[in-house]
Amino acid sequence: MKPAYQKYFRDNLPHIWCAGCGNGIVMSAWARAVDELGLDKNNMIGVSGIGCSSRITGYLDLHTLHTAHGRALPFATGAKMARPDMDVFVFSGDGDCSAIGGNHFIHACRRNINMTLIVINNNIYGMTGGQFSPLTPFGKKATTAPYGSIDRSFNLCDLAIGAGASFVARGDIFHAKQLTDLIKAGYQHKGFSVIEVIAACPISYGRRNGIPNPADMMQYIKEHTVMKAAAEKMSAEELADKHIIGVLQEINEAPEYCESYAALCERVQGGTK
Amino acid sequence: MATKWKIRLSGTGGQGVIKGAVILAEGALIDGSNATQSQVYGPESRGGSTRAEVNISDKAILFPKVENPNLLLCMSPQAYEKYSKDLVPGGILVLDGDVGAGQEIPGAKVYRCPITEIARENLGSDLSANVVALGVLNGIANMVSRDAMIESLERNFKAKIVPANIKAYDLGLEAAAKIEPYTV
Amino acid sequence: MAKVRLVQGNEACALGALKAGASFYAGYPITPSTEIAEHMAEMMPACGARFVQMEDEIASIGAVIGAAATGAKAFTATSGPGFSLMQELVGYAALTEVPCVIVDVQRMGPSTGLPTLSSQGDIQQARWGSHGDHSVIAIAPSSVMETYYQTIKAFNLAEKYRTPVVFLLDEEIGHLRERFEVDPDEAVEIIDRKQPTCAPEEYLPYENVEDGVPAMAKFGQGYRYHITGLTHNEKGFYSSALPVVDTFNRRLLGKIEDHVDEIFESEEFFTDDCDVLLIAYGSVARSAQEAMEELREQGLKVGLFRPITIWPIHEEKIKALCAGKKAVIVPEMNMAQYAREVRRIVPSETPVIPLSRVDSELIIPEEVAELVKEVLK
Repeated sequence: MKPAYQKYFRDNLPHIWCAGCGNGIVMSAWARAVDELGLDKNNMIGVSGIGCSSRITGYLDLHTLHTAHGRALPFATGAKMARPDMDVFVFSGDGDCSAIGGNHFIHACRRNINMTLIVINNNIYGMTGGQFSPLTPFGKKATTAPYGSIDRSFNLCDLAIGAGASFVARGDIFHAKQLTDLIKAGYQHKGFSVIEVIAACPISYGRRNGIPNPADMMQYIKEHTVMKAAAEKMSAEELADKHIIGVLQEINEAPEYCESYAALCERVQGGTK
Repeated sequence: MATKWKIRLSGTGGQGVIKGAVILAEGALIDGSNATQSQVYGPESRGGSTRAEVNISDKAILFPKVENPNLLLCMSPQAYEKYSKDLVPGGILVLDGDVGAGQEIPGAKVYRCPITEIARENLGSDLSANVVALGVLNGIANMVSRDAMIESLERNFKAKIVPANIKAYDLGLEAAAKIEPYTV
Repeated sequence: MAKVRLVQGNEACALGALKAGASFYAGYPITPSTEIAEHMAEMMPACGARFVQMEDEIASIGAVIGAAATGAKAFTATSGPGFSLMQELVGYAALTEVPCVIVDVQRMGPSTGLPTLSSQGDIQQARWGSHGDHSVIAIAPSSVMETYYQTIKAFNLAEKYRTPVVFLLDEEIGHLRERFEVDPDEAVEIIDRKQPTCAPEEYLPYENVEDGVPAMAKFGQGYRYHITGLTHNEKGFYSSALPVVDTFNRRLLGKIEDHVDEIFESEEFFTDDCDVLLIAYGSVARSAQEAMEELREQGLKVGLFRPITIWPIHEEKIKALCAGKKAVIVPEMNMAQYAREVRRIVPSETPVIPLSRVDSELIIPEEVAELVKEVLK
């Protein structure tokens, strides 16, 4: 029997992703989340940019916009403002979101429109064959960093918090159940929600950095993620190479943009409309 | 009345020449004429000399700008220096106070009037000098009726300051009646 | 009731957009287009339409396409540098066939150029700015009143042909104030995108229909479909199958180029009775017309063809109008961007003479008249 959440998928599977890719785990975590939330396919918009992760929208049976590289958030901003009654989910990758789309990312955090952004961070440009991204750790290898990257990397969640995002969480593909819960919490938060997902690209990242086996990558992620509550009791040295997972920021007082706009309209119209 | 007025208002940034041009052009439309209004934007529009242009005609106005005005207002020495050479031969030159004194363009019909002083003494501020100037210009050239100008003032100023601007306009009209034009 | 008002070109564009039913604006401030954003920011909340100032021009056009995809009539306004930034997504809108309007108030370029001064330098950028083969519609009005009505038409064409429409104001017209006499309640034709009539499961958002323009479902009505910037099949999903790609690309071009008779609008003066034909558009057309009137008073046989639609270009019409003329003169505020099209179209025995002005000043009637006299000497 097919799981209930499969109703959110189009009938065009199998997907294009490589064996061992984490994107499928994220996609099904999302589908479980919206199924548990009981969301209506006809009332959902899926938006993505360009890259492996951004191919997710092609598989979701929603109104889907597979946009240009880095531009998912502006499209989503327009879609949500035009249809604030619809639920908007944005799927992006580390390159799409933090490099070419970095400016849109910080402004989306600041603007605080009620939509959910899921950034699949596999530390690499996978679609183009393994170039380093702003989220590739210092020293790691990529086709454009054959001797190890000398670029410092972003901490995407810190960046989001710094830019004023009202909900920031980090999950990973090993803790799939938690990821589903984080996506649900992100959706339920009123405002812009950022969920970074630590993911695996064994082919383009793992192979060049000593973890070519998908199972080993999964193990690596398991060992390098720490629940927020546990992290609070750990020293900076112990956390040096760890990703803290869980809800990292939640501000419920930040004005949501579409609501502010609606209130503005009402004020301009003298409260008559 | 000439069938086509090509007017350039010039002065220093902050004297309100662009606003003056807008009010004049809208007044002309209210009067049933055609009008265009344009200006040079940019660094020129703040400080330094600034200019705004108005065409008024009974007919459709095609070329919308003013290359060579037949009516030129100069409210600052810098503006006079910059624009006086563009006046058509024998055109009307309206000068504020002693602007361009002793350097009048030969052949031009010169109307000298203490526009800014009138505004300052009667209205307590230089701010209405542009509207006084409009009164002076229409007093001289009768391009737009007083009724139309008053409607234009009403459209372009907040209600609170309309009466002061009508007063400024009328002061300009009165002053124009007293000017003795001269030609060098 | 129409009340005569003094209105600026940019304001007329804003008023026209609202009249056309624009319900979404996204933009980034840039001279000399900013007044449009300012007017939209002021007027849109009053009618429940949405205004957002984005972080740059790329984000602006992205938001416009996102809103338009859901069903909104959406637009942005910019100038040369911003229009250049938007080009990738103009191509996206063309390929995904999402209707939208991009107002480009042209200023002197290239690069930052002269931000406050006039130019018609984006004529070719409007056509070829984005990569790949696609067609586009571009309109260049010559007066404030025309700006209003042609803005409405721009939205209508975008909806009718599911295409981005570039509205090419130039700084002269954008900033010009002149007579505006429009009844705000006047009944004008408003076109909305064709909606599907089939069941959602049978819906083909990129169907190869006869007129080239498939129906476009609004979001939230059960027609869930995929919009992608990848070349796609009739269902909207990525395809690299040779016949699919070829058919798709040809339809994309054909849906505009094959309807040039319906889309194209122009004005003609004495085109049948002239030795020298002037071809001019936008603000320069006013100078050309004034020159023509003066020259005809002097007994010289001069005519004027004023394309209001810049793209698609009506090749047959231009060829026919230019046939047998002693010369065709194309004054424009660029280095012969439209003249090169005329030269391409008109048989080589007819001289096509560009009159270029690129010092940021509007071409004056005397310049045009002098050249005509020289040609007729």
